[in-house]
Amino acid sequence: MKLITHNMLTSKCLKGVLTGYPLAINATDVKVNEVDFNPDFIARIIPKLDWEVLWRAADSLGHSEGLPQVVESNYEANQEFLKTAHKVLLEVEVEEGYLTCPESGRQFPITKGIPNMLLTEAEVQ
Amino acid sequence: MSKRPEHQAPPELFYNEDEARKYTQNSRIIDIQAQMTERCIELLVLPDDTPSLLLDIGCGSGLSGSVLEEYGHMWIGLDISSAMLDVALERETEGDLVLADMGEGVPFKAGSFDGAVSVSALQWLFNADKKSHQPVKRLYKFFSTLYASLSRSARAVFQFYPENESQLDLLTTQAMKAGFYGGVVVDYPNSAKAKKFFLVLMTGGAAPLPQALGTEESDNSLQIKYARREASKGARGKPLKNTRAWLIEKKEKRRKQGKETKPDTKYTGRKRSGRF
Ligand SMILES: C[S@@+](CC[C@H](N)C(=O)[O-])C[C@H]1O[C@@H](n2cnc3c(N)ncnc32)[C@H](O)[C@@H]1O
Repeated sequence: MKLITHNMLTSKCLKGVLTGYPLAINATDVKVNEVDFNPDFIARIIPKLDWEVLWRAADSLGHSEGLPQVVESNYEANQEFLKTAHKVLLEVEVEEGYLTCPESGRQFPITKGIPNMLLTEAEVQ
Repeated sequence: MSKRPEHQAPPELFYNEDEARKYTQNSRIIDIQAQMTERCIELLVLPDDTPSLLLDIGCGSGLSGSVLEEYGHMWIGLDISSAMLDVALERETEGDLVLADMGEGVPFKAGSFDGAVSVSALQWLFNADKKSHQPVKRLYKFFSTLYASLSRSARAVFQFYPENESQLDLLTTQAMKAGFYGGVVVDYPNSAKAKKFFLVLMTGGAAPLPQALGTEESDNSLQIKYARREASKGARGKPLKNTRAWLIEKKEKRRKQGKETKPDTKYTGRKRSGRF
């Protein structure tokens, strides 16, 4: 699971859960996989992100170095910033661990980098 | 009796390790999925040359996702079959993967995606594989949460295999109820082989439904379920090969070139009985 996905993912499909966001990350295995850098894409995606959630997620995985806590204005032109954001969003991956719903405490396992968001019949709204 | 995969087993069982491998190695399937994904991208009408974040619903082993990558987009894929997702991992697709059942809802926060595509997966939602499954409820849950996960003016395009007309009604009704507008575009409606269904859903604005391929311009009545008339002008202005329209156009060309050509009759382009 990449952090761009974590930034979007919720447990709101659980019965009784309203926003289910952000999911807490517990990681036992984290990898960094190289991905082609596309500054246009990164610049376009930043307004859509919850930056604070991204920063905390990166920090909890030990990858917040160089990542500002707040996005500065004019970030589109700042190559260094875009590169750091690129790495954190697309290259850092949680391979094994689990996510926890902030409202219900329900845990969702991550195996081989894939979060399992399947619900039981009783959990479906 | 039925050959439809949906009638054989729930998707997470049908797409087991064996099937996932067979499916992904079949070069005919690879080609067809790629073609249909390209058509989905065309129908998404994303802004030119902008790399977008797309959701691939029922992404499977990533055959559709690979095409999204070729077009420069980043994708997040959702699928109910872990065997299919495992093959996607082996293929080292660039997309990120989530194991989830679309009928339980799309688990992403509001405004996440610039668009969504789904290739050959939607028909599975008509199944009732568990006691608690009610297709209408699952369709509504799916469409309403999908609607929320898209950014304003984004589209969702589904290529799918409907079984009958009432499924088309059910799909469009539930999608409209969830806030979308749009409808079903049928490419090559008169060709048994090339006929393809695309559900095109829009979130904002008031654009007409796109033109179906293999139909007359005038056929594109809005919010249509079907483009019904004779196939003539097809993709990029060319009629579909070996149809009556294609033959007539070819003969016209020969005539213009001054070559000897038989007159067009009602038999032109008809199937021969093959008895002699
Ligand atoms: C024919 S495959 C298509 C895969 C891929 N889109 C492609 O073009 O190759 C259909 C996929 O839909 C998935 N699927 C079926 N029902 C689903 C559901 N309820 N939620 C998520 N995925 C589902 C299946 O697991 C399978 O991988």
